[in-house]
Amino acid sequence: MGVQGFSNVRETRFWQRGFLASQSAYVLGALVVLIVVMALSSPNFLTERNISNVMQNFSFIAIATLGTTLVIITAGIDLSVGSTMALTATATSLAMRWLNDAGFYPFPGSAFILSVAAGLATAGIIGLANGFAVAKLKLAPFVTTLGTLSIVRGLTYVATQGRGTSPDGPDKGLFLAVTSARIPMPEGIPNLPVAFIYLIALALVMWVALNHTAWGKHVYAIGGNEAAARLTGVNVDRVKIGVYVLCSVSAGLNGIIISGWLGSAPANLANAYELTIIAAAVIGGANLFGGVGTAAGAIIGCILIEVIRNGLVLARVDPYWQQTLVGCIIVAAVFVDRLRSGRTG
Amino acid sequence: MNDGSGLAAAPVLALSGISKRFGAVQALTDVDFEVFPGEVVALTGDNGAGKSTLIKVIAGTHAPDAGTIRFDGAEVSINSPRQAAALGIETVYQDLALCDNLDVAANMFLGRETVKGPALLGRLSDLDMERRALEVLKRLNVTTIRNVRSPVAMLSGGQRQSVAISRAVMWNSKVVLLDEPTAALGVAQTHEVLELIKELRAQGLGVVLISHNLHDVFEVADRIAVLRLGRNVATFRRDETTPEEVVAAITGVLETTK
Repeated sequence: MGVQGFSNVRETRFWQRGFLASQSAYVLGALVVLIVVMALSSPNFLTERNISNVMQNFSFIAIATLGTTLVIITAGIDLSVGSTMALTATATSLAMRWLNDAGFYPFPGSAFILSVAAGLATAGIIGLANGFAVAKLKLAPFVTTLGTLSIVRGLTYVATQGRGTSPDGPDKGLFLAVTSARIPMPEGIPNLPVAFIYLIALALVMWVALNHTAWGKHVYAIGGNEAAARLTGVNVDRVKIGVYVLCSVSAGLNGIIISGWLGSAPANLANAYELTIIAAAVIGGANLFGGVGTAAGAIIGCILIEVIRNGLVLARVDPYWQQTLVGCIIVAAVFVDRLRSGRTG
Repeated sequence: MNDGSGLAAAPVLALSGISKRFGAVQALTDVDFEVFPGEVVALTGDNGAGKSTLIKVIAGTHAPDAGTIRFDGAEVSINSPRQAAALGIETVYQDLALCDNLDVAANMFLGRETVKGPALLGRLSDLDMERRALEVLKRLNVTTIRNVRSPVAMLSGGQRQSVAISRAVMWNSKVVLLDEPTAALGVAQTHEVLELIKELRAQGLGVVLISHNLHDVFEVADRIAVLRLGRNVATFRRDETTPEEVVAAITGVLETTK
């Protein structure tokens, strides 16, 4: 808390304000340096193909990271996103198969629409359960979603006897195209993975919602001082349930996209992804104590993690080092933020 | 400025015969309390005297077991803080209830944001809120906050208190309850907050000031109500009493009734 010696609003320099003062800005700086180093050390890094791959790969976790960031802003946590990705992908594939077996195909694309809706509804129910437990039953988010992680993964195994499933039926081609196609671009520009386009669109929506709606202020207010938000008449429970639902649905969407890219939905899909996703959110500046986090930060965190993995592969370093490096970056990012806020706040 | 002699004829808020029991503890017994428009009433007493309970009865957090509450002459029952706010009674709690990570304007409008376009989307009209926040601060002579876009975390304790009080009075409220507003503030900041309280009085609000600090109480209050063990023991006019007399009432050396 910035209590000053005397009652004047503290004068702040431009680098101590807004985006430039955020952890996201430092991490973005580090990311730029990393990209320059990669570009200089590996001729393959800045090729169209590699850039397109990197975009595709970080998009696989970034949509879920947007949702997770929302939950983290409210001082919550959702450990069940990895499992939710798997169950959503499984539900979507199973629905598509059932529709095919039942011969229900009233119009072209109907199987695709119905099965994706079934998948996202599954994700929504998981989020509703998480949100209800946290907001209404007042359970600790960590424990609640640790439970959901296990429950949902278990259901995924039960639903497919551990064998997983794969999309099938008349709309299979459509499903694969909508989830994993790359849009060809003119010479010199990397092909755009559709997942990346979805990511950017959702990030823009999230940015507007967080910064320009009453709902967004309430999300930040809950993370800043939940009791205050409640006293001033914010419907805290509804906002909390809302962010958990959005988090699960965003994870579900990512799960569907991954299964489209894989062409199947194995029961162990996105196993332990929750850790990478939370790491990306935290590296991108979301504060686990709540009140801080942005859509841009979430994406920056995901890009950083993917660029490190990609760079290690290109540099022919054992890619298993990725986890170790990502861990170091989490600690470094939080430490830099601590130094900065210790000095200015 | 009101010196206590030219009060409006009718109290804006009048409690009579208020009793409240929590299990075996009789927190309030037959308490009377009133506030006139344009008056600062200090509510004081030792720890456990029932000050907080009385405030919570007025704020709608606790329902009284017995007694009546009249607001603007009409008998009312206040069952929730929301109802209190709808009547025009606002409370500024000791822990301020501000969100450090939001800016001044966002805090002042928290939960009551001004939106434009379809209500469902809840799109904020930032400029309107910024302008209104500045107007309120200006009207209340809060001159030290120049930028309503600074995060509250960057403000001093006095400024934070000013933001909390300004927020409480910007919604056409008639009575504002201040719970220990100067606790934890330095000399200059205390002065800033006391000036703001005088400004509220000048604008015709009824102010209830809960405070242990008799120096502050004597600086701003028109009347001083003392509770002891959940009962009214005395109500003094500021200009007809001394700190010694008030202390005697608080500690029970003096046993008068009103």
